[in-house]
Formats: sequence, structure tokens, C-alpha cells
Amino acid sequence: MINCKINGIAVQVAEGATVLDAAKKANVKIPTLCYNPDLSPWAACGICVVRVEGSNKMLRSCCTPVAEGMSIVTNDAELVEIRKTVIELILSTHPDDCLQCPRNQDCELQTLAQEFGIRKQSFPKRLRDLPVDDTTGAIILNPEKCVRCGRCVTVCQQMQNVWAIEFLGRGESTRIAPAADVALGESPCIRCGQCSAHCPVGAIYENDQTKEVWDALMKTGPDAKTCVVQIAPAVRVALGEAFGLPAGTDLTKKIYTAFRRMGFDAIFDTNFSADLTILEEGTEFVKRLTGALQGGLAAATKERSMPLITSCCPAWVDYMEKYYPDMVPNFSTAKSPQQMMGAMIKTFWAGKAGIDPAKIFSVSIMPCTAKKYETHRDETMYSSGFQDVDVSITTRELARMIKQAGIDLVNLPESEPDSPMGPYTGAGVIFGATGGVMEAALRSAYFLVTGEELKDVNFTAVRGISGIKEASVHIKGVDVRVAVAHQMGNIQQVLDQVRAARESGKETPWHFIEVMACRGGCIGGGGQPYGATDEIRTKRIRAIYDHDENTEYRCSHQNPYIKQVYAEFLDAPGSHKAHKLLHTHYVERPLFMK
Amino acid sequence: MPAANIEFSSELNSFIEEWGKKPGGLIMMLHRIQGEFGYIPREAAEKLSLMVGLPLAKIYGVVTFYHFFKTSKPGKHRIAICLGTACYLKGAQDLVDESRSILGIAGEDVTDDGLFSIDEVRCLGCCGLAPVLQVGDEVYGKVTKEQLPDIIAKYRNL
Repeated sequence: MINCKINGIAVQVAEGATVLDAAKKANVKIPTLCYNPDLSPWAACGICVVRVEGSNKMLRSCCTPVAEGMSIVTNDAELVEIRKTVIELILSTHPDDCLQCPRNQDCELQTLAQEFGIRKQSFPKRLRDLPVDDTTGAIILNPEKCVRCGRCVTVCQQMQNVWAIEFLGRGESTRIAPAADVALGESPCIRCGQCSAHCPVGAIYENDQTKEVWDALMKTGPDAKTCVVQIAPAVRVALGEAFGLPAGTDLTKKIYTAFRRMGFDAIFDTNFSADLTILEEGTEFVKRLTGALQGGLAAATKERSMPLITSCCPAWVDYMEKYYPDMVPNFSTAKSPQQMMGAMIKTFWAGKAGIDPAKIFSVSIMPCTAKKYETHRDETMYSSGFQDVDVSITTRELARMIKQAGIDLVNLPESEPDSPMGPYTGAGVIFGATGGVMEAALRSAYFLVTGEELKDVNFTAVRGISGIKEASVHIKGVDVRVAVAHQMGNIQQVLDQVRAARESGKETPWHFIEVMACRGGCIGGGGQPYGATDEIRTKRIRAIYDHDENTEYRCSHQNPYIKQVYAEFLDAPGSHKAHKLLHTHYVERPLFMK
Repeated sequence: MPAANIEFSSELNSFIEEWGKKPGGLIMMLHRIQGEFGYIPREAAEKLSLMVGLPLAKIYGVVTFYHFFKTSKPGKHRIAICLGTACYLKGAQDLVDESRSILGIAGEDVTDDGLFSIDEVRCLGCCGLAPVLQVGDEVYGKVTKEQLPDIIAKYRNL
């Protein structure tokens, strides 16, 4: 441990801790802008400057390690003046249209300007005239507002290993853009939206589609449609943060009530279709595993039926199609819960409710920007004969809609979702966290293989925030080896091992692999409320597993409504009808479209 | 990514073979590519990316950081006008403006006939001759605006 003093307060910190870490421990807040706890310090902005007592030299606290006996001053007249100047210089290249900005009142630069009492424009405005890029349809890049903090670039390259964006040019003309200044939609961007979740200002943000939803909800007369909504597991444990509630507050039943007040005609839960996904994907896994047991795992690895890789995450699907197209046969053909629900609403439910599917407007609430892309990814997303999910909006967009509608979310009474595609099991809930899809699949795979129920359904080895998790599960004489990876940058080492095994004729190290593009899984999605840190992600995950433990059924195959859907409509998991509506396929896609 | 549709000379290929493994070799390789093509064609950047396993975004980060690297094909004759301190004080900006006006181009454009482009450069190493410009390998010192049409005409008919 190292001893130091922050403004005279003695603190002990671990070796390698920065001045910023030490200050946090001493309950001293040093203002920052480019710094983000998910990322290694970049030291671009200079707002976090401090000095060692008795020295005139300014140090950036985000990247200065504490030395033994250091005495740090974080606040004096000159430091405040310097910070103010830095903020004013940044503001001199930043548009003043805060009122129309998507980050209004939720902007780190605006907050700094307010806290430092910036009341005048001290430097002449030098705005950059750069075009807005909305080509992905999921996230929008407005380089004019960029403060060049570098967070998005570090996220895209280091956390996600996608390399869609980079700093191009230098000095005053530095800009964030894809290689060769092509549009984002033509770059390797996988639309995970982590750049938008990490951007401190309004330079990268989700494509706001709330108007499309309001238009559908408000429409009257012959053109009015039946508006149906589904909500993903991760949304319910994060939405509260946008209403000032602590991270990990579970608002499921209040959100159902809010949907009714917004005017939705039917309320379904994506947790239900997560159960459906498990039945389809679990059946697919058991089939592939049985084949591998008969023909040998090395042969199954060679012909790419093993390992099975989950495909619920659309950003991950996009990444695989661009970076690992040789893995296409390994991918589960089961659609994601969003798309399964979409297909079921416009076929099964439409028939049951006697509504023309052409007259249904289907909305999904997702923690994710890539889900916007998934709604029209390929022709299988139109399996009902119509676009299965009409609009997908993020948690952040839902928060705005609820506020606009004057709904007092926090104090609403609770209510239930609609039947039969509302009630769900704990296995459906945990889809929202890293390891959850794997755990849910194992709970049901065990039953599908053995015909027996598990005594303990908790597979804690696949839970938690560490980047790659491995486990081995004994199912009827077979040790099923599984791996779980989240945060795109962690995927490579898992897949490279599979590829190496395949190319050298060996057995794959794992039978089943779960991948989620965002850190912590969907609860850390690119469309979630701003400011996620590992502390917040852990609280959201906790809420997910608490919810799981409090459900009547913990395994997807136990869901009586799932049984009903198969009995009345889908026949059996993997049936012809299930394949038509609930499965998809994948293709190799170029990294750069242009 | 589809295989980039461009041919490298065998010298360039073996240079990339050698330098692709060294840390910090990217700039060296880009120098050679620009030496071969006169600029860094998009296809060449993609091919390099595939050969050495570096993301295209990283390559473009470096290419656009250094003024020296060009991403569009320059004119047959590159007119480099020095805007270093001495030349600038001696009115080199006027030379830039006048040359652009004579040639009818802006920024780093190339004339329609593909003959000329103008580069603003920093210090050609002969400040005593300020203001200085260079066409190809030929250096012109103490240049005035009035001399520009003659200098340009000389290359137009080469």
C-alpha cells in the first residue's frame, strides 16, 4: 500500500493507483471529462489537473500514479482558473444548441459548464462544419459536437475490437470517422452503441424513433393499428436510473402499467420469447451434441456443428458475419427473443385475437441500439409476411416517452402482462445478463437430455462480470464444456481457440459458447441509461438474478404458456413451422461496404 | 473483406514481408507504398491491412495524421510551396493563392488535365532563398508572384 495525502487528508491506496483513485477514496471529487472508468486514461482534456504541494507543475490526475508520501492539492484558485479555461476552450468549438441536443440535461460538458459557472463566451466560436452521419439507422454520429475526448475510439477499438472509428486528421481538423472517411453504415460498425453509451456529449447517440411509436399510438380512424409492445429483460432493471432510482431497481410491473397508460393494446414480455428461444436453441444443442457423441467431437468440430454458438445478440451476429464468417455453421439458427416475439405476435397472437396482422404495429423496448438493425436484418425478419417487429426503441428512448406522457412511473400501481405471451420463467429473465442465456439453456438441456428436472438450477460458474467464464456440466455421462464471453474484445481469444482446434483436426475446447457484445451482457447495452460502470452493471445483474429467484418456474420448458403455444400452434421445438417462424440464417458480409 | 484489387511490385511485397513484423513499421511501409503509387490508394491500404493484420482504421489514422501521406492521386507535377516561418514572412501564402488561381484549383485538388497539384509544405531547408517553391526535384528561390506563370508554363509542355 502507498500512503499519500489529498488536500491534507491521509489516504492509503494500492500500488499503481492514480491520483484520481486516491481522491475518490478521500471523498474528493476531481472534475473529469475524457476519463471513463471502463477505459484506460487517455489524458486528452486536461480538466483533471492537480498539483503536488509546493510545486507549480500541473499533473493530470487520471494518469498520474500515486507515489509514497505524495501530498496532492486538487483545488486552489489557479487550478480552478485553468479548468475553467479548458472548459471555455472546449465550448469555443462546441455548438450552443443545448436545448435541441439529445444530451440536454444529461451531458457531461453541460454539467461541467454549469458547475464551473461559465456565464460568458470567452473565446471566439470556431465551429466545424461536418456532416451528420445517420447511415447505420441505429446510432447517429454528429462530429460537430465531438469534444475529441477519445472515449468512443477507445471503446470501439480496445473494449470492442471492432475498429469502426478512428481519429482521422490532426490538430484542429481531427475528427472521429471510419477509415477513409466512409459512412459509418459502410464501415465495420456492428451498431452495439457502446460509443453512444460512453460519449460524454451529444456527438454519438441512438437514432430516436419515439415519434414513430407515438404516431402509431395516437392514430385514430380507419388507419389506426393495434399497438403491441414487448420489453426485454435488461430494460426493467435499468430504466429506474433515468428516474433517479438506484441502479438495480426492478420496475417490471410498473412498466407494464406505464405501457397501458401510454396506450398500448397488448403487453407482452420478451422474457416469454426468451423461454421460446431456449426451447428452440436447447433442442438444436441437444441434437448437435447427440450427433457429436455418435460421430466424435473432433469430426463435429471439423464439420462445424460443434461448438454451438448463441446468436441472440445482433451486434455479435454482425461481428461474426464480418470478422468470423467461417463460424457461420456454428451459429444457432434460433432467432433472438425479440424476433421470435415479433413473429409470434403477427401470426399466433393475431390469429388468436382475430386481428389482421397488417393492422398490428409491433414495438420492442430493448437495452440495445443494434436491435434497431435486427428488425430488418434480412428476409427472415419478415416471417409473418410483414416486418415482424416494426420499431425497436432503447431504454433511453422509453424513459423519454414516459416522461413526455406525464406518467409518474415511480409511483405507479403494478400490473401483469397479457396472456399468453406475457408470463415467463426465471430462465427468460436471466437472458439480460452475461452467462444468462447459457444458464437458461443448461437448465433446459439437462431436462431435454435426461428427462429429469435439475435439483439445483443455479449455474453460478457462468455468472459474474469477468470477461471469459468457463464451466463443465455433467449431463448423463457427458461433461458438457461451456464458455461465456462478453464485451466484444474478449471474443477473439475464445473463437481463435475453436478455429485452431478445427484447423488442426482436434476437438473444440467447448461444446457451447455464449457471446454478448456488451460488457455485463444486455444489462450493459448501448441503449441503456448513461453512466454504466462495473458497480452499476453488478447491481443490475443482481436485480436480474433476484427476479429469477422469485419466479414460480425457473426453467423455460416448465412454462405452461410455452407448452400451450407449442400444443396450439408450433407443434414441437424444431418443427417445420417453428423453423419457418423462429429460425434464421447468416451470411458472410464485407468489413467495408465501399 | 474482399481481396484488395491492386498489384504491389515484388520489392514492395518483400519490404512489407520484412517490416510488417516490426513494431513501428507501419510508417516505413506507407512510405514505400506512396513511393510506388505517388499516394496511398484505398486499395493499397486495404491490401496492407490484410497482409500485416492491422485494422484499416489504424492505417488511416496514421495516413491522415501525417501531412506527407496523400490519399488522392497528385498531379504529374507537384508544386510544393514552403509555408515555413521564413517563407511565410516573405509572402509565400500569396504564392499559394496565386498558383491556385492560375491553375484554377482549390486545396489539394488536381488540375483537370492531371498535370498539377499544389502542396503546402513546411521548410524545404533553404530559408536563405525564401520564399521557396519546388517542382519535382527543381527548387526555385526568391520567387515572386510574377514569375509563377513562366514556371508553370515550363512544366505544362514537358
